[in-house]
Amino acid sequence: MSDNRNSFVRHEMLSERAPPVGERGVLKWARENLFSSVFNTIMTIVSVWVIYSIAVGVAPWFFNGVWNAETTRECYEILDGVNGACFAVLRERFPQLIYGFTYPSSEYWRPNLATVLLLVALAPVLFRRLPKGLLVFTVIYPFLAYWLIWGGSILIPTVAFVGCFIGVACYKKFSSGAFVTAITLSLISAYLCWFLGGYLISWNDAFLSLEIVPSRDMGGFMLNLLLGTIAVSLSIPLGIALALGRQSNMPIIKWICVVFIEFIRGVPLITLLFVANVILAFFFPPETSIDLILRVIIMMTFFNSAYIAEVVRGGLAALPSGQYEAANSLGLDYSQSMRFIILPQALKISIPGIVNVSVGMLKDTTLVSIISMFDLVGMIRGPILSSTDWNGVYWELFGAAAAIFFVVCFTVSKYSQWLERQLETGKH
Amino acid sequence: MTDKLKLEVSDEIAIKIQSMNKWFGSFHVLRDIDLTVNRGERIVVCGPSGSGKSTLIRCINALEEHQSGQIIVDGTELTSDIKNIDKIRSEVGMCFQHFNLFPHLSILENCTLAPIWVRKIPKKEAEETAMHFLEKVKIPEQADKYPGQLSGGQQQRVAIARSLCMRPRIMLFDEPTSALDPEMIKEVLDTMIELAEDGMTMICVTHEMGFARQVANRVIFMDDGQIVEQNEPEQFFNNPQSDRTKLFLSQILGH
Repeated sequence: MSDNRNSFVRHEMLSERAPPVGERGVLKWARENLFSSVFNTIMTIVSVWVIYSIAVGVAPWFFNGVWNAETTRECYEILDGVNGACFAVLRERFPQLIYGFTYPSSEYWRPNLATVLLLVALAPVLFRRLPKGLLVFTVIYPFLAYWLIWGGSILIPTVAFVGCFIGVACYKKFSSGAFVTAITLSLISAYLCWFLGGYLISWNDAFLSLEIVPSRDMGGFMLNLLLGTIAVSLSIPLGIALALGRQSNMPIIKWICVVFIEFIRGVPLITLLFVANVILAFFFPPETSIDLILRVIIMMTFFNSAYIAEVVRGGLAALPSGQYEAANSLGLDYSQSMRFIILPQALKISIPGIVNVSVGMLKDTTLVSIISMFDLVGMIRGPILSSTDWNGVYWELFGAAAAIFFVVCFTVSKYSQWLERQLETGKH
Repeated sequence: MTDKLKLEVSDEIAIKIQSMNKWFGSFHVLRDIDLTVNRGERIVVCGPSGSGKSTLIRCINALEEHQSGQIIVDGTELTSDIKNIDKIRSEVGMCFQHFNLFPHLSILENCTLAPIWVRKIPKKEAEETAMHFLEKVKIPEQADKYPGQLSGGQQQRVAIARSLCMRPRIMLFDEPTSALDPEMIKEVLDTMIELAEDGMTMICVTHEMGFARQVANRVIFMDDGQIVEQNEPEQFFNNPQSDRTKLFLSQILGH
């Protein structure tokens, strides 16, 4: 046996062992995250206590909730003095909350179908892996949705679509020449198509006709979704155009964009909605009546696009000038370098901002209740709460409204986070 | 020291710059620049920072606008006419100090974008060309990666390949190795040397004096927005005439 302490030979290899109990799983996590210091421990205990009290307070109200009743009074009778919610109102007024109180109930399938098809139309835009062919449906969808929701002869949206299609085709055909010529020709051809189509429609306006639902009959969450979807999807391209216009070398275009953005941003949305509701009518000839929903959509689109323009401008400013130079030095022209190099990167940077603004817009559609449109909040504040049947059920109704908006907005926000990860291609 | 490249220089004029001036605001960056570059020439431009060397080559493909004088590239005069600018830009390739690859596109897409949209070459053909040049710069295996996943030297070689895919007749290099780690400089310089061997007309702003000695047929020294001295590398390095050049050379070769 050797006495040499510096010499060592291992004859048996050690097998793997689990870490000590305190160093793994829940215990480790709790120690590191909840009890890492005295202050942290106190905060943990206080937070748990707050959450516990809220839960204990709300749970009986929620779980004692009454789902089957005809009026508030009946609810209270069933509850018999016990603390509990009166969810029956949601059940009884569900169609009103979703579709408003004047949309014909026999036609509910139409907005339902339009919503399902909306998801189909959005899919190829939201998920780039899907086949590009699906985009054809996305292009057709707005016209189809108009027909489904407002009804009338299918000829109206068809003529509108064909006009747009011919206009675009005409522009494509002549776009190799002068821009002004191409634009003029495409506008003329589209207008001609709409003009001739007008005769076709008046000749047979019952062709494949759905029952006409006027705009004033739209309401409930459907109206919020309608306004939000249209305003957001129109304002993104408009906002990008404004952002690019603001960077333009052409002073007139630049100033138009700057004035537009600064004006719209400096005015509260509610003022714009009042303008849409009341004042805008003065500016049109007396016999024309522009649909109220259309006026509101125009105002919301303007409002949202001004904000998006500023978000996109931030994205454009964040790009190193080397990207512009590299694109230029390769001979790409302005529209090519914007389309392939600058905008894809600037928009990627702008995603959180655009989603932030757009989710805000979706929630702000509830402001139309102020100008006496019966959206989800308008329905609750107006017909439902003021009815003698459902007096005083504020928590249940507004809670439900909050829950509906939360689900939609949270989904949008989760999608945007996913999209950001998808577009991640490593550091510059 | 590697052997000096012996290459023919043709009589045909590639770039002609005549009494060109440029100001940034009221700051006179380039003063009365006269420079004629023949096809096949490899010119190295050096000088202290702020001397206008980068601005000079950026004027050649109109990344910077000159305010007076003439720049004629391949027989086309650079004016504010956008058609001339686009024509010249598609003839003149450029590599930047910070590579300026497009980070959202794969290496292959970086190389095919301009040929497809500017030269209107079919996608398949553009991809073949791109792979050819990526092989030339020795990184075909990186074609499907993104710029962020490559080392600096690899990125710069991709940038060179990207320019070459446009089949330029002139290449401009704006300090292509200054942002690189020492061990990556060589791989980029080797690529540039190969390019010179193929007879490419090159103007290169660089402080790599070894490269200048080996590749350049003319070295230009700039200071204060002016061309102070130009000569063949042998003469330039061994027998500088102006005091300013002597001082500059002693500072950069002194260590």
